[in-house]
Amino acid sequence: MADLITYREAVAEGIAREMRRDPSVVCLGEDIGAAGGVFKTTVGLLDEFGPGRVWDTPISEQAITGAAMGAAMTGLRPVAEIMFSDFLACCWEYLANEIPKVRYMTGGQVTVPLVVRTANGGGLGFGAQHSQAVENWVFTVPGLKIAAPSSPADLVGLTAAAIRSDDPVVVFEHKGLFASKGAPAPPDHVVELGQASVIREGSDVTLVALASTVRTAVEAAERLAAEDISVEVIDLRCLVPLDVRTVLASLERTSRLVVVEENPYQGGWGGTLVSLVADEGFHLLDAPIKRVASACVPLPFADALEERVIPTADGVADEIRALAAY
Amino acid sequence: MTAASDSPASTGAALGATELLALYEQMQVIRRVEKAAHDLFMSGLVKGTTHLAAGQEAVAVGASAALRPDDYVFATYRGHHHALARGATPQECLAELMSRATGLCRGKGGSMHLTKASTGMLGSYAIVGAHLPMAAGAAWSAQLRGTGQVAVAFFGDGATNIGAFHEALNLAAIWRLPVLFICENNLYMEYTPIDTVTSVTNPAADRAVAYGLPGHVVDGNDVVLVHDTVAGAVSRARAGEGPTVIEARTYRHYGHSRSDPAKYRPADEVERWLAHDPLTLARTRLESLGVAAAELDEAETRASGIVDDAIDAAKNAPEADPAEAFTDVWADGGNTWRT
Ligand SMILES: Cc1ncc(C[n+]2csc(CCOP(=O)(O)OP(=O)(O)O)c2C)c(N)n1
Ligand SMILES: [Mg+2]
Repeated sequence: MADLITYREAVAEGIAREMRRDPSVVCLGEDIGAAGGVFKTTVGLLDEFGPGRVWDTPISEQAITGAAMGAAMTGLRPVAEIMFSDFLACCWEYLANEIPKVRYMTGGQVTVPLVVRTANGGGLGFGAQHSQAVENWVFTVPGLKIAAPSSPADLVGLTAAAIRSDDPVVVFEHKGLFASKGAPAPPDHVVELGQASVIREGSDVTLVALASTVRTAVEAAERLAAEDISVEVIDLRCLVPLDVRTVLASLERTSRLVVVEENPYQGGWGGTLVSLVADEGFHLLDAPIKRVASACVPLPFADALEERVIPTADGVADEIRALAAY
Repeated sequence: MTAASDSPASTGAALGATELLALYEQMQVIRRVEKAAHDLFMSGLVKGTTHLAAGQEAVAVGASAALRPDDYVFATYRGHHHALARGATPQECLAELMSRATGLCRGKGGSMHLTKASTGMLGSYAIVGAHLPMAAGAAWSAQLRGTGQVAVAFFGDGATNIGAFHEALNLAAIWRLPVLFICENNLYMEYTPIDTVTSVTNPAADRAVAYGLPGHVVDGNDVVLVHDTVAGAVSRARAGEGPTVIEARTYRHYGHSRSDPAKYRPADEVERWLAHDPLTLARTRLESLGVAAAELDEAETRASGIVDDAIDAAKNAPEADPAEAFTDVWADGGNTWRT
């Protein structure tokens, strides 16, 4: 079996594969060149592709996203890095008002094939301004696609699909997963946007997860297997397009749904998912739907506090036990 | 009106009488489209809002005349003149304002978002300052693709106080991008005199120095001066010498938007600027170049006919198709966000 690679290495691998394939792919962001990125996710790109395709920028989140947009409208496929997803607030104008709207409001005259990639989420003790899971911010905006991979191979495959997409895609790379390892992606690996993956089959409860919560979900499922509760784990992989069909198909087997999200319960993506299930799959359900999400507080610093806020495998397992007994 | 002018020597072709006459006619068309937009708004045929550029025609027309057809223009919600100067027809502009199927954006844009990508008019943006980084990005793309194209961002004096202006100038400067930042300083941001909220006298040009960029102040009502200044900056940009900031001093003849009567502007100021009308200035220049009054009148009549026909055509065009609400979110033309 081939050596495992880290999620961190998969970032650069995914980008490099596309840069080799398509000369219109260019990268920009703070410290992404010689420094290789603050998370070392762009190591090697400058060496391989040179300064004409890997551009260090000033600390100008608006200029980064705005310039990426202008370049995407005029023939390039920019991959813009926003170092921490919290900083999307500094260029929210482009994510909320410009990039998703320009094609629509011009009646389809322009396309914006760009990728914004950003390190998302908590678990590393970076405190309230460098730890949030903000995929739900982007999920509020029609016109943006969203990928949030949980494994190195998916990261490569979704990065390929995101860069090839003629639509704008925000790729959330999870900070807590950078050091995790997995099988390398096969050559030419592309994971189509909007296809969830059933990563563990089960018959009692469907557990839907995304990015870092996939690990949490699998841990909970393994624990419950020992108690004879069979949990099906679905990794959504993308929020837009949202693969509702895979969730509904799973519910035909399990009739019970738990969703585990890292973003806060308040306004979290699970709210939209479960409302669709309630609308379209109510007849499939034998129990109430449960959402396990982060507590509605800013992310605290100390480990003992952070652990109380972000969903844990224990917490998820408790919810599933209660639901299985319903 | 005495706007300080320190235009760089133009390296573009000087405008002859024939070219100038064509620009004059274009300005006449724009003036009449703006009047039509105003009247149609007042009569309820244009919904929402309008931000008219009557009085500012020379900036758009003079600058466009110095550009190549494949150059990129980004403008603001006050952008009818830029769309028209960059190849949009009066009919498709007015039709868009009137929510018609034949509008530039088929009813999805409206007055604030006129766009004609096929002729290099890459959009009108209604969040102040947001399009400056985009223009820098388009210029970056041109630089990387080696096409020799330039990008131009037109913006108001008010935009010089928002962060995106500063981020864009700095990025453009360090990457020596082929981009022009052209400020239409009409002395007001909405209802507030710009000099009461800005730390420097020339809101755009005085900031250029902070980014190591040339900043020129030019009489924005003089189409020839605008053309020559822009032509100089364009050849600089095409030669790889980087961005230029141009501040064109001008004045709007209508209020800020909709039916704003602009009572906050002193009467003597209004009077002075109305006497410094870009159309009158151009006409006087043409006369001094020996163009006969009859020829000038003919141009005006033509302009008037074009716009009258456009108004009729727009009025008679079908309403925007309601099904358009669900197209063009994604590149595949659709709006599917889930399975
Ligand atoms: C970010 C933002 N803030 C406020 C507004 C509301 N607004 C619309 S136009 C305008 C004035 C802009 O003045 P200026 O840049 O001088 O342009 P002008 O309207 O004079 O052409 C304001 C404040 C906006 N559209 N965007
Ligand atoms: Mg103004």
